[in-house]
Amino acid sequence: MIKLPIYLDNNATTPMDPRVLEAMIPYFTEKFGNAASRNHPFGWVAEEAVDYAREQISKLIGCTEKEIIFTSGATESNNLAIKGVFEMYQSKGNHIITLTTEHKAILDTCHHLEKQGAEITYLDVQADGMVDLAKLEAAITPKTILISIMYGNNEIGVVQHIKKISEIARKHGVLLHTDATQAVGKIPVNVETDGIDLMSFSGHKMYGPKGIGVLYVRRKNPRVKVTAQMDGGGHERGMRSGTLNVPGIVGLGKAAEIAMLDMEKDAVRLSALRDKLENALSTLEESYVNGNIGSRLPHTTNISFKYVEGEGLMMAMKDLAVSSGSACTSASLEPSYVLKSLGLNDDLAHSSIRFGLGRFTTDEEVDYAIEVTKTAVTKLREMSPLWEMFKEGIDLDSVEWAEH
Amino acid sequence: MAYSEKVIDHYNNPRNVGTLDKSKNTVGTGLVGAPECGDVMRLQIEVDENNVIQDAKFKTFGCGSAIASSSLATEWLKGKSIDQALEIDNMDIVEELALPPVKIHCSVLAEDAIKAAINDYRVKNGMAPVESEKSHH
Ligand SMILES: Cc1ncc(COP(=O)(O)O)c(C=O)c1O
Ligand code: FES
Repeated sequence: MIKLPIYLDNNATTPMDPRVLEAMIPYFTEKFGNAASRNHPFGWVAEEAVDYAREQISKLIGCTEKEIIFTSGATESNNLAIKGVFEMYQSKGNHIITLTTEHKAILDTCHHLEKQGAEITYLDVQADGMVDLAKLEAAITPKTILISIMYGNNEIGVVQHIKKISEIARKHGVLLHTDATQAVGKIPVNVETDGIDLMSFSGHKMYGPKGIGVLYVRRKNPRVKVTAQMDGGGHERGMRSGTLNVPGIVGLGKAAEIAMLDMEKDAVRLSALRDKLENALSTLEESYVNGNIGSRLPHTTNISFKYVEGEGLMMAMKDLAVSSGSACTSASLEPSYVLKSLGLNDDLAHSSIRFGLGRFTTDEEVDYAIEVTKTAVTKLREMSPLWEMFKEGIDLDSVEWAEH
Repeated sequence: MAYSEKVIDHYNNPRNVGTLDKSKNTVGTGLVGAPECGDVMRLQIEVDENNVIQDAKFKTFGCGSAIASSSLATEWLKGKSIDQALEIDNMDIVEELALPPVKIHCSVLAEDAIKAAINDYRVKNGMAPVESEKSHH
């Protein structure tokens, strides 16, 4: 028997791997020490655990232990990276380039800096979600200090050509930050071969705990520095003060170690399951897969089912936990800005569903999801005046809508 | 966000989904909303010679609350005269379905659809359209 509801929202958060929990537990109770307590064994035990986690994490992303700054999550890492670089490199320039499809933690940070004199270029992406590299290069000015481009997109799963982007950044002496929250632990990410200077990621997107994240800050070629955004005891080489979250760090370390072992296997299995889901749902008339399907995360698909509205649709898929780019699901009542950036009409953005598979998603669950989704789309289309009009051959663009 | 039981009931068992023949003089059709806004509601009434609504049908592209609001509206319309139908206020729908504040616009859409259907019927039958006394938008 299949257990309901089925969780297909792994881009929002992942369940923690039981192996991670097991590793963490002692650090809540008997090994509770403060990693900054240098004078007694309680502190040493905690510090040792933190050092070991740094080793596990640095292996996964190809850096050295000292380049890892622990934070409370990717939101904080993104804030620290962008605000920290802006403040540290102010004498060099004030221009930052990013994308319109970035996570809010990047976009809102940039908006904040604009009020403090930063100039930000928000580059549009192409219809498949990929950056136009020529456009990126053309946007660089002598004042440009930072390019911040996400690795894998949380809504559509598109993976940017980070290596090519870093070549452009290097050529112009500009730092590259990437929000790799959706990519680390899912696909191979290596700061050396990819040429990344700063990188954010988060425990809870890679089967680790919530409330712990990393900002990778390069120490050599070039040596990068960020101005601290949290002042205090000078932890994390002065870049992020605050007593270290030892159990969280141990958990993230374990999650990284498991990713080293399981990532490839997971990716092969999940991309096959994702393709199965996508192919089955593409047999429904007027369904469209959003974003580049050649360069994307293995576990994500985002599909628009034209003539049905996403929130209404999700209600009919009540045993599936998915997410929609529809306005009606968000407090702002605006459809997904990521989908709009791809040039999707609002009506297609309103009709989108994101499926995010994960390590614990089974074959049976995907089969079930296919059936539920097909039934729901069919049911809602029978109720949709737009579907009826489409079937009658009415061009919906020619209709004069009573906008409200 | 959790839906009220009544919304879920209307959503799972929508009353009066369907289409009436809009070319008939006895049928009034209201089509409101826009695909770009994520909600389009079509509400139709069939009216007898005494101006009493005999049948009502809807089709809605929108969220669960919009579907429930239109389903409820069709239930309420049947048996009412077109003048009585004009009295239906969106806040009655909000109350009946226990809609949260962010979903009030779904009920506004239903009220607009009722008015549009009645006006379509009135104009078809030589009556002046009634002005909507309040503007929601
Ligand atoms: C791409 C991306 N960046 C940043 C975040 C924020 O991460 P956190 O929850 O760790 O602050 C998320 C998660 O929603 C994300 O998907
Ligand atoms: S139709 Fe958009 S919230 Fe109801």
